[in-house]
Amino acid sequence: MNSLIWLPFLPLLGTLVPLLSAHLSRTACAFLTAALPALTLLLVLSHAGDIFQGERFHAVIPWIPAIGLDLAFRLDGLAMLFAILILGIGLLVILYARYYLSAKDSIGKFYAYLILFMFAMLGVVLSDNLIQLWFFWELTSISSFLLISFWGHKTEARKGARMALTVTGAGGLALLAGLLILGNTVGSFSLQDVLDNGDLIKASANYPIIVVLVLLGAFTKSAQFPFHFWLPNAMAAPTPVSAYLHSATMVKAGIFLMARFYPALADTNLWFLIVSLTGLITFLVGAYIALFQHDLKGLLANSTISHLGLITLLLGMGTDLAAVAAIFHIINHAIFKASLFMAAGIIDHESGSRDMRNLNGLWKYMPYTATLAMVASASMAGVPLMNGFLSKEMFFTETLHQASLGSLSWFIPVLATLGGVFAVAYSMRFIHDVFFNGEPINLPKTPHEPPRYMRVPVEILVAICLFVGIFPSLAVGDLLFAAANATLNGPAPDYSLAIWHGFNLPLVMSIIALIGGLLMYKNRAHLFKFQAQFPASDPKLVFESAIQWLTRQSQALIAWAENGSLQRYVFFVLAFAVVMTASSLLKLNTTAGQRPEIPLDALSITCAVLLCISALATVIWHRKRVVALITLSVVGLIVSLAFAKFSAPDLALTQLSVEVVTVILLILALFFLPQKTPKESSPRRIVRDLSLASLFGGIVGTISYALMTRPLDSISTFFTENSKTGGGGTNVVNVILVDFRGFDTLGEITVLGIAALGIYKLIARMRLFMPSADGNGLAWSEDRHPMLLKVISQSLLPLALLVSAYIFLRGHNMPGGGFIAGLVTSVAIIQQYIAHGVEWIKTRIKFDYQIMIGSGIGIATLSGLGSWVFGHTFLSSWFDYFYLPVIGKFELASAMIFDLGVFLTVVGATMLILANLGQLTTSERPTQQEHE
Amino acid sequence: MLNITIIAVAICICIALILNLWRLLKGPTISDRILALDTMYINAIALILLYGIHARSSLYFEAAVLIAMLGFVSTAALCKYLLRGDIIE
Repeated sequence: MNSLIWLPFLPLLGTLVPLLSAHLSRTACAFLTAALPALTLLLVLSHAGDIFQGERFHAVIPWIPAIGLDLAFRLDGLAMLFAILILGIGLLVILYARYYLSAKDSIGKFYAYLILFMFAMLGVVLSDNLIQLWFFWELTSISSFLLISFWGHKTEARKGARMALTVTGAGGLALLAGLLILGNTVGSFSLQDVLDNGDLIKASANYPIIVVLVLLGAFTKSAQFPFHFWLPNAMAAPTPVSAYLHSATMVKAGIFLMARFYPALADTNLWFLIVSLTGLITFLVGAYIALFQHDLKGLLANSTISHLGLITLLLGMGTDLAAVAAIFHIINHAIFKASLFMAAGIIDHESGSRDMRNLNGLWKYMPYTATLAMVASASMAGVPLMNGFLSKEMFFTETLHQASLGSLSWFIPVLATLGGVFAVAYSMRFIHDVFFNGEPINLPKTPHEPPRYMRVPVEILVAICLFVGIFPSLAVGDLLFAAANATLNGPAPDYSLAIWHGFNLPLVMSIIALIGGLLMYKNRAHLFKFQAQFPASDPKLVFESAIQWLTRQSQALIAWAENGSLQRYVFFVLAFAVVMTASSLLKLNTTAGQRPEIPLDALSITCAVLLCISALATVIWHRKRVVALITLSVVGLIVSLAFAKFSAPDLALTQLSVEVVTVILLILALFFLPQKTPKESSPRRIVRDLSLASLFGGIVGTISYALMTRPLDSISTFFTENSKTGGGGTNVVNVILVDFRGFDTLGEITVLGIAALGIYKLIARMRLFMPSADGNGLAWSEDRHPMLLKVISQSLLPLALLVSAYIFLRGHNMPGGGFIAGLVTSVAIIQQYIAHGVEWIKTRIKFDYQIMIGSGIGIATLSGLGSWVFGHTFLSSWFDYFYLPVIGKFELASAMIFDLGVFLTVVGATMLILANLGQLTTSERPTQQEHE
Repeated sequence: MLNITIIAVAICICIALILNLWRLLKGPTISDRILALDTMYINAIALILLYGIHARSSLYFEAAVLIAMLGFVSTAALCKYLLRGDIIE
């Protein structure tokens, strides 16, 4: 169990190794980098014996089991096959890249990306949880983006990487949706549960959606038609990346996904139709395009697309034998294609070109590499005694044994043979055009054999090609059997891995493909001429224009929805809220509930009338700002009276203090605004807004009435019951703020502090135009600080501070608390600013409001952390009662320290905002002649 | 006796509040409106104290103290605005 968890995480640790060892020699760096993946490979192989016996390993670390999130890994035949491919070829790529990358490239960064990708791939194949699988899936997209764009100075590398990320990323989102629906259908996100419930999934109504979404993910990743265009563009990556990602691993992730979910999703007509047709089209399109590529890597990339299509087609045929053939071809393709990419990289590296029109006759210059490449391409073409031949024979056999297209099923073997013809033709081109066919033309350097060890990975892979091709059962028999078992989630059918099955139809198809391919290559001039008649289209341009179109559309949409008009936003929000609430209210038959109504008295009616009239007056006079501010103050006053009347003294106190601070803030801002607002709304707009606002007001009124007339079983009972016993305070509001929901309050004061700092940052050093006269053109008074105001304000300060301290101290048990006390203190200090001016205060109040905010939040956080010292959870409060002579019995609570933090933050934030808004003007003022 | 007094006083305060609002709405100058608001603060204090006497609870007196103190600040700020425009110089 434990060693299984380490499988993916050893490479994760390994990402650091190249970064740390990059300053050593390149060889040392390569060896150190290879150490952890090699260890991982050994760990995987150590499980081989048990896996071949049919065992399966699971390891789970629960995280949030309630919503199906666990760290879960599994190692079965399929996972082991992929793990061996990922790690084995990865190790060879590390060795190869050591020689491939030039001295200019940062090898540490390259290896780190490569190992990160290895980690992601291992995570995909070893995952035993759907969400986790998706997470690693996305990580492969991101790390492959980094690898493809490794040569970021090249525009095609950046564009190719972006395209690959967009296509595979979009597929990844579809996959996430598919996996979420799949998990919900099964009721578990565990992969094993999903695999065991194939029948349930296939019977569910969600099945078509799941299949389409999961296949979208698989097809984009595995470059299936019509998403195949990203793969050739990803060839801008360094060749070791192409050899690793685009032959053996990443593009196989989509295939892996189909194989992994084979027992759960396959075996329906929908699956067969989508998968086999997509595979067939991809197989043919890839093979056809490959023949016409002039770029060596372009040929290989399109051939990869074609082979991936072949595997997909096999997975879509629906017979168990076809699935076995698919697995077999995964192995074979990975081996010969990786070696071909490496050979192409060697040719590019040692001759300076990848263009097959210039590369000719390299046999003379690099016979050894040429031999290796020829063997590998023979395997790609499906020549006997190579591994590619065996799986292609199985493929041909399976095409003959399927009936997915009914009476038209004979098309498939014919088209498969046609694809085989193309495969032989492009393999032939790879051999003949590059190594023979005359002399090289205009190569940047004279070709020569690569360094000894750069060839080693190719040699190993080619040797495996031959070994598998000649002794298939010995080489991969057990592995293939175990992987097939795991794929089918049951026993694999009988199959034979022999080279010779007698003279049968598949052999005839192979022979036709070989001869046809050779003939096609011989007559390639005609084909090329035919192909040249098509207008050349660059998928990169098409893709780029599609992306730009999408961007323009989104920008247009944003410009329409987010045009900077606050009225429009409010309109949208209110309209939406009206629709959402009105629809439920329409269903409510009786508005009034069972609760008896409180009798009306004259006082309440008076206050209500005052409230309504002043609210209306505010709206009507909204363009006369000062008057509107005064009427708004009346509204605030009446609301606080209402709070007091209906037993919410805390709210009343808060409302009052917030009210005053708001009024001061608005007066400060008003000075810089025009005294009269011009008429901005058109009559039509007024009618629209007025009706919406009235409608919404009516709805909110109805909801309030309906709510208040019904007995409501809210959580307030819990707070009332536990306030004294649990929080040590009788003022429930305050205990909620500092104890029950203290964490919430901590967040709020943090936001308050950040907002204050943000405002400070915005207006610091800002100097605004000052009107030289009031709205009526009267000059301002000369008396800056009237004596009367000074005297009264100064004597108010100690009184206000006393009130503030009183409210703060009794806050835990009686109405009050740090927030109200903080506001009262701020108002008292602001009054001194108003009466005496900034200069006067600066010499007397020395503390920095920013530090005050910081220390406030700090104290609150520390008081929360303090409970950890005593082994309690964050912010759990402590209280006890003490006795002192003279004072008597009193209570001390840790919540009080928290409240002190709240107090300091509130004072600091309020003062920072108001005092700095007040300093927007310069001390010099524009003067105006007094009117005589 | 106390109850009757309370009711009588409440009626007086209500009338006063209504008249305050009348003055506030009518104006004509901005000083009239500020004075009306300030007087409303005072009437509100009276109302709260009266309610406290009626409910035999001192729980509401802090609200009265705050209105007295903060109402003054609010009025002072508005007056300073009329005087100088810029209330914090």
